[in-house]
Amino acid sequence: MATEAAAPDRIVHAPLNPPWSQQGLLEVFRHRYILTLLVRREISARYQSSVLGLMWSYVNPLTQFFIYYFVMGILFGRANRVDAFAIHVFTGLIIVHFFTETMNAGTRSIVRNKSLVQKMAVPREMFPVASMLVSLFHVGPQLVILLLATTLAGWRPDPIGMVYAVLALLISMTIGTAMALLFSAANVFLRDVGNAVSILTNFVRFGVPMVYPFTLVAARFRGHTNLYLLNPMVEAVLAFQRAFWVGATSNPARTAVVDMPPNLFWLCIRALLISLAILVFAQSTFSRLERRIPERLL
Amino acid sequence: MTDKRSIVVRHVSKTFTLRYHRTIKQMSIAMLRQQELSDSFLAVDDVSFTVRQGESIGLMGLNGSGKSTLLKMINGIMRPDSGKVLTRGRTAGLIATGAGFHPQLTGRDNVYLNAAILGMSEAETRRKFDSIVEFAEIGKFLDSPVGHYSSGMFARLGFAVAIHVDADIFLSDEVLAVGDRPFKRKCLAKLQEIRESGTTIFYVSHSAGSVRSMCDRVLVLEKGRLGFDGPVDEGIRYLHYDDDAENALDAEAEMDEELGADI
Repeated sequence: MATEAAAPDRIVHAPLNPPWSQQGLLEVFRHRYILTLLVRREISARYQSSVLGLMWSYVNPLTQFFIYYFVMGILFGRANRVDAFAIHVFTGLIIVHFFTETMNAGTRSIVRNKSLVQKMAVPREMFPVASMLVSLFHVGPQLVILLLATTLAGWRPDPIGMVYAVLALLISMTIGTAMALLFSAANVFLRDVGNAVSILTNFVRFGVPMVYPFTLVAARFRGHTNLYLLNPMVEAVLAFQRAFWVGATSNPARTAVVDMPPNLFWLCIRALLISLAILVFAQSTFSRLERRIPERLL
Repeated sequence: MTDKRSIVVRHVSKTFTLRYHRTIKQMSIAMLRQQELSDSFLAVDDVSFTVRQGESIGLMGLNGSGKSTLLKMINGIMRPDSGKVLTRGRTAGLIATGAGFHPQLTGRDNVYLNAAILGMSEAETRRKFDSIVEFAEIGKFLDSPVGHYSSGMFARLGFAVAIHVDADIFLSDEVLAVGDRPFKRKCLAKLQEIRESGTTIFYVSHSAGSVRSMCDRVLVLEKGRLGFDGPVDEGIRYLHYDDDAENALDAEAEMDEELGADI
């Protein structure tokens, strides 16, 4: 071993460690500053060189809302049969749109950031998590519109409703992050994943009680609603409707009993646990695939 | 006795899979013709070495000998298939000439993001920001997207951020290949400064002159294997990179000339 003359002795007080990150999602929360920079950057980059800019994230759900309202509400006559149908659709849409945005943007997140992924040692979970937070950021203004509309329709805030609102967001954040993690890594290896995800998006839109009420499912699939309720996104939407739609109907106390499944609270807890289990699975798959991400990104 | 090991690499191997066929159609045709579906390529093959804190290593070898792959594993971007890589402290530097910049972001935003990933806090970045910009000499381009930068400006900004990190290990992968001559000279001076502060340096170069002036030990990779590990002059002789250096009179002139001939 050659000895150098000039360099003084420097003692580095740090352990000898593997240079890559090892703790998966936990690593993301240890590097919150990088995460905020990525989120801020994503928000400004998503609408760069577009005239309407940030407005697009409201135009998109609003047009969806009008399509659903006119087709399902007026053409199929749902609006007459479901109390405060517009608000029913809009509450569902906020949760569904948040989830699908997380999933779609998350799927592309690693490929989109390949310039960083290939050259810097940054925990790669950072990118799908940032996609989720960007989508969450867009929920804010939609919530303001919803609050205005539902207050006009007679809704008043209640503490139990707020618990359900938080549960709804927790469930959709957890499962959204899980899907974003899973698909972001898979998308590096097979670009087909992006196409599969857009099909899944359609399933999610119609697999939750958004354009139809839960009572319709309960009536048609009598005895089999349990299967339908296994999808955590169903509970997320139901909980959000419990929070913001039930109060806007003509008889909230009756709606809460008739139009919501019994044991909604425990169903939500179960949905949260299912989502967490999926998140654990997604993280372990991600860690396995991650080893080969940088070399497959070209 | 304090442990002075800065980088430990033990029996590290890395294989890349080369895929020939990507769609089902292509794959089934290949299967019918009984062709190989994929091929693997051993980029780094059972490499072991230890570097002490403050050592300055010149990593040499022909194109495709696995230098960048080895550097990426030391930096933590890639993981070895087998073997162990351990590093002590903060690692900064440049991999494969360019920095990890996002083309759509402005130079300013990229500096912050890059510095954050290299472990600098917001306050630290703000404090060093002017000095970074001054070193990079990108002037009014600071607020335009780095996608519009020339390759030289891109590399300069990346290098400027990297040297402002108080790193314990500094990786420099052919950074000098794209800069112009005044900038190269400035970089080399800065690298010497970093070296004198006791930072471990990993310097990848094809230029025998700059390795000679910068390093106290040379590693030579040959098709992924560690072919040589020892004193600088022997390493350069091992590579036969010293042919035209024999009769050079002025060491400084020789270095400039070789730098200019960098690939």
